[in-house]
Amino acid sequence: MTNRIEARFQMLAESRRTALIPFLTAGDPGPEMTLPLMHGLVKAGADLLELGVPFSDPMADGPVIQRASERALLQGMTLAKVLRLVAAFRSEDATTPVILMGYLNPIERMGYSVFARAAAAAGVDGVLTVDLPPEEGEEYLAAFDSVALDPIFLVSPTTTDSRLRLIDRVARGFLYYVSLKGVTGSATLDVDGVRARLSNIRKGSHVPTGVGFGVRDGKTAAQLAVAADAVVVGSALIERLESAIERGLSQDEAIGEVAALLEEMRLAMDQIEELSHELA
Amino acid sequence: MTLLEQPNEPIAVSSLKQPDSRGHFGPYGGSFVPETLVGPLQALTEAYDKFSEDPAFQAEFDEDLANYVGRPSPLYFASHWSKKLGGARIYLKREDLNHTGAHKINNTVGQILLAQRMGKSRIIAETGAGQHGVATATVAARCGLECVVYMGAEDIQRQAANVYRMRLLGAEVVSVHAGSRTLKDALNEALRDWVTHVDDTFYIIGTVAGPSPYPRMVRDFQAIIGREARVQIMEQEGRLPDALVACVGGGSNAIGLFHPFLDDADVALYGVEAGGEGLSSGRHSAPISAGLPGVLHGNRTYLMQDSDGQIIETHSISAGLDYPGVGPEHAWLHDQGRARYVTVTDDEALTAFHEVTRCEGIIPALESSHALAYVRTLASELGPDKVIVANLSGRGDKDVSTVARLEGIEL
Repeated sequence: MTNRIEARFQMLAESRRTALIPFLTAGDPGPEMTLPLMHGLVKAGADLLELGVPFSDPMADGPVIQRASERALLQGMTLAKVLRLVAAFRSEDATTPVILMGYLNPIERMGYSVFARAAAAAGVDGVLTVDLPPEEGEEYLAAFDSVALDPIFLVSPTTTDSRLRLIDRVARGFLYYVSLKGVTGSATLDVDGVRARLSNIRKGSHVPTGVGFGVRDGKTAAQLAVAADAVVVGSALIERLESAIERGLSQDEAIGEVAALLEEMRLAMDQIEELSHELA
Repeated sequence: MTLLEQPNEPIAVSSLKQPDSRGHFGPYGGSFVPETLVGPLQALTEAYDKFSEDPAFQAEFDEDLANYVGRPSPLYFASHWSKKLGGARIYLKREDLNHTGAHKINNTVGQILLAQRMGKSRIIAETGAGQHGVATATVAARCGLECVVYMGAEDIQRQAANVYRMRLLGAEVVSVHAGSRTLKDALNEALRDWVTHVDDTFYIIGTVAGPSPYPRMVRDFQAIIGREARVQIMEQEGRLPDALVACVGGGSNAIGLFHPFLDDADVALYGVEAGGEGLSSGRHSAPISAGLPGVLHGNRTYLMQDSDGQIIETHSISAGLDYPGVGPEHAWLHDQGRARYVTVTDDEALTAFHEVTRCEGIIPALESSHALAYVRTLASELGPDKVIVANLSGRGDKDVSTVARLEGIEL
C-alpha cells in the first residue's frame, strides 16, 4: 500500500505548492455534519484533512476547539465512531490523506495496538497525539510501526536543536511546527520569527514540515506558505462553522461558508507562491 | 535491627528511591505534555535537582517552615475521641494549625523559593476548595510576585470566602467555565496559561500529580509532615505507629505523611478516597477504588473515566477531594500493596466531622474528615494497644457554611 501522506507531499512538491490542511473536530456540530464537511473541504482545496478526536480535557486547545470538543462529546462522539467516519470517508475518497489529532487517553483506553490496527484499517494515515512526547512513546511507536501508521509529532518554539533531532528520528509523515507559545487559535503570530524557525527545522528534518496554531486568515496562511510544506488551519474554520450554525443556516449553507474560507486561503497561498516562483 | 545485622536478608529496593530519572513510579507518572512544555519542565527539573541539594536553599525553606508556617505542627493525642471510640490510641497530626489553615502551604513555600531562584516574575496556580489558591496567593504576596489563580466556576460558588481571601492577598482569581467547571478544568486552564507564558511564569501545582517533576517535588516539600510525625510519635509513644491514615484527593497530604514511613513494613498505610454517595451510585471521587489507569494532566495514574477514555465528572462533599485523578505514587503504592486505599461516603465524613468537633474541640476540614471517618472504623478493628496517626490536613472554617446549609441553615 502506498503511503498517502508521502504521495501527497511528493505531488505537491512537483507542482511547487504548499499543502493546505483544514482541521475539524469529528462530530462537531453534529455527527451527521462531519462526512459532508470532509468532502466539502477537499473540494474547496484541502490537500490533507486533520480530524480532531474530541477529548473531555483538551489542555492544548483554545476556547474555540474546546467548545467544538464539548459539542461533539455531548452528541456521543467517541474514538471508535471517529474511525467509522474515516472508513466511510475512505469509501468515496481513496487519495486524500487523513490525520487524526487528539489526546492520549482515549487511545490508551482502546489499547495501542487495537487502535493502531483499527485506525490503519479505517484508512487513517497519521496520528498526532498532542500530549505524547516521543520519550513516552515507545509502545505507541511500536504499535504504529507494525501497521505503517505515521506518528506525527509537534515541534514548538521551545524545542531545542538536540530535541528536534530526537523528534525527527521517530516522526513520520510530517513534522507539525506549533507557530507560537500558546494554545490553538491564539491571536498573535510573529510571522518573520516563525518563518526563520521553519527554515531551520526544514533543514534538519527528513520529513516535510507543516505549521499551525494561530493561522487565522488567507494573508497569514500565504505568508507562512512560502516557508513551510503545509499550513494547518483549525480554529478560524470552526469559528466560521459556529457562526453559520448560530445564524440558523442549513447544513449545506454552513458547509459552503466554511469551504469559502478555505478557498480564500488556498487562493491567497497560490497567488503568493506563483509570485515567488516568478521572482525566483 | 538494622540491615547490617542481617547480612543474609535480601535487600529490597527502597520504596524511597522512586521515581526513576524521568519521573516514573513503575508504570505511572512520567511526563505527558504538549511539546511546548517539555523544555520548561526540563528546566524546572534541573533547577529543582540543583537547589534541593543546596544547603542554602534548604536552610531558607526550613526557616520559612518554622517562622512563617509555624512548624513543627503538633502531634496531638486525641484522648477524648480515642476513649469514646474505645479502640486504638489516636494521634492527630495538626496540619490545620499551619498558617493559612492546611498542609498546602508547606509546598507553596518551597515552590516559590524555587520560582525566585529561577528568576520567574509571575506565579500561576489551580485550586479546588481554594486552600491551595490561598496558600499560593499568600506566598506570592509575601514575595511581591504577580499571582493568577484558576478556579472552576462551580467551586467559586461553593468557596466564596476563599475567593475573597485570595483577592485580598492581591491575586487575580480567574473563573473557569469549561468542562465540569471544577478542579480538573482549573488545572487545564492553568496548563494553557503556562504554555502561553512559559518564559516568565512559574506554575505552582498544588498536589502530587501533574507531569514530572511535580509529583516528586511536591512530595519532597510535604514530607516534612511525616518526618515530624515520626520523631513526635517516638517521643510520645516510644515506638512507631501501627497505622497512618490520610485522605487522598490528589494525595499530597497523604504522601507527605506516608513517605518517611514507606520502608517501615510494620506501619500500615491507609489512603482514604472520597466515596461521595457510595461507589455503587457512581457519584464519587475514588479513582483508585473504582477507576482505571490512564493519562491526564501530564501523568499516568488511576482515573475516573468512561469506556471511551473520557474523564467523567466526580462528586464529593469536599471540594478538595473532587478530582478524577490521583498522584502517580499512590497508584504505584496501591499496585505494590504497600498502601491500602479505602473509601468513606459523604455521610460518614460528616459524622466524623461532628464527632471530632464535639469530642476534641477541633473543627476539621471536610477533606480531613474523610481520614477521620476511616479512623473510626480502624480504631475498633485494631484495638486499644495499637497506635494510629491520622493527618488532620486542614481546618474546617472554610466548610462551616457548607455544613450549615446541609442542616438547612443559611449563614
